[in-house]
Amino acid sequence: MEASMTGATEGSGKTRIWVLSFICILSLMIMVSLSMGFLSIPMKDMLSVIASKINGSLPDIAMAETYAAVIFDVRLPRILTCAAVGAALSVSGVLFQGILLNPLADPYTLGVSAGAAFGASIAILLNLSATYVSIPLFAFMGAGATLFFVVFLSWSPRQRSGGLSSNNLILSGIIVAAILSAGISFLKFIANEQVSVIIFWLMGSFASKTWANFWVVLAFLIFGFSIALYYARDLNLISLGDRSAASLGVNLKKVTIILLVTGSMLAAVCVSISGIIGFVGLLVPHMVRFITGPDNRRLLPVSLLAGAVLLLVADTITRAVLPNEIPIGILTALTGGPVFCWIFKQSRMS
Amino acid sequence: MSISIQNTGFSYGDTPILRDINCDFQTGGFHSIIGPNGSGKTTLLDIISGFLPPDRGHVLVGEIPIKKLGKRDLAKSIALVSQNYAVNFPFTVREVVLMGRHPYIDRFSNPGIQDLDMADKIMDQTGISHLRQRKITELSGGEKQRCIFARALCQDTPVLLLDEAFSNMDIRHTLHLLGLLKEQVQKAKKTVIAVLHDLNLASAWSDSLVFLKKGQILAKGQTAEVFTRENIRTVFNVDAKVEFNDYTQAKQAYFKAS
Repeated sequence: MEASMTGATEGSGKTRIWVLSFICILSLMIMVSLSMGFLSIPMKDMLSVIASKINGSLPDIAMAETYAAVIFDVRLPRILTCAAVGAALSVSGVLFQGILLNPLADPYTLGVSAGAAFGASIAILLNLSATYVSIPLFAFMGAGATLFFVVFLSWSPRQRSGGLSSNNLILSGIIVAAILSAGISFLKFIANEQVSVIIFWLMGSFASKTWANFWVVLAFLIFGFSIALYYARDLNLISLGDRSAASLGVNLKKVTIILLVTGSMLAAVCVSISGIIGFVGLLVPHMVRFITGPDNRRLLPVSLLAGAVLLLVADTITRAVLPNEIPIGILTALTGGPVFCWIFKQSRMS
Repeated sequence: MSISIQNTGFSYGDTPILRDINCDFQTGGFHSIIGPNGSGKTTLLDIISGFLPPDRGHVLVGEIPIKKLGKRDLAKSIALVSQNYAVNFPFTVREVVLMGRHPYIDRFSNPGIQDLDMADKIMDQTGISHLRQRKITELSGGEKQRCIFARALCQDTPVLLLDEAFSNMDIRHTLHLLGLLKEQVQKAKKTVIAVLHDLNLASAWSDSLVFLKKGQILAKGQTAEVFTRENIRTVFNVDAKVEFNDYTQAKQAYFKAS
């Protein structure tokens, strides 16, 4: 019995340590990232600017006003938006891999990214006013419409799981994404000079993100993460197969739909704010599973933090380290792809 | 807890899978369902477990229609060892066995001491204690099946459904687990309903048999009475010699290539 007790608490204790360490790393990374950039701010000055912001006064150092503007109006909203998007994409990845029982699933498996890209392309093409609102809004509607169409395609009311099996969903997602990407190509073809705007948007970027962007992503993240944690144990049971999960009292249809919608909404809000950023949602759950095991109650919180750290590191590299800022979607694919190859090959060899 | 199936039918689209099934599975009995491939055995278990709602007829769990039972109550009444023993993520054996306690643990609670003790006890009984920290994805087919079996026992239900639960197990483990089941049937008055392919195993261990063919019950009753050459011929289309065997203390069938 002694052994069994330690066995049960061991996992959650370790998870707590991982969560705490990732919170520390994330805070540290936010500080480092704030100080880095075109205008390099010494750590000491930065801390006194932040401290005085809390007091409501300006510190007695040179360039205090500039520093404050750079930190609070430019860098902090971008950094926090980026961390929140990384977190949301990772949580979404955990949900998709869990529901689709497929470690290759990612937030975009159901065509959410193609839907968002299609919506955004239309907004850009129509040259709607107030692009800061219209592009994200169209992208989000495109993603939502795609999700519902994919679920509608796989839906079969006679089956207990609603026909929402892994194969059905993945197949529907691939079909719909293929149609949409042909649609995007067509939009690019007729877009003339706006084609470059579309292309750049699709590559993803956190440049000039605002506090409003951050609050939107954060709200979705908190909401989505709470739902994910609520159903985390049901998600564990789903990996036993549909019959076994149902015999243990899991309401398959309900849990599958709720988690699919949650995961897709998280992905949709990310894509609509920052464009298509690949590999985070695929890679982070994979790597975190090595340290927490597959139990979603531990996987979810650690993935959330790890995703925030990872994307923030990537964004800081494109913003402050590289001589020219390259779109973050390219950077994550260029670095994440090889890492994924390595992990995959390792798993083949063992 | 007894299971009663009344005038039950089920079809996928226009294809009837089960027609007009009537049968009772008594409390404290070991019941086997036998029949050729595609005869509707798994569908029948799906209907008993509540996984599929029947098109017609009723299923009674104890006295209560299955439709009236909540998911959690149903999970506390009926456990299933599914044909599919694959687990898609590398959970440890212990984690998988503990999943059997799911219906008893509140959503945000951790398993209590009695849940952990139960899992340990059942891992001992089923002989998988030495695998407890291993990843289930790394085990052999037979080992996985024993873990899934232990998970269902850990659910601690009065009714246990087995769908080809021994298909990958060696004979020693099969006999050990069947013995464990028999003991629970006799001492704790559990009800076991098993789909088995091995006719002689079914005959030696079951109190009653149901012969299923093309979605219909062709014979049912006490094992000694219905385990006959005629029934085996009509259901499976094979010739067999059936005789009482002193060693197994049961009727056994012998086949030869024809």
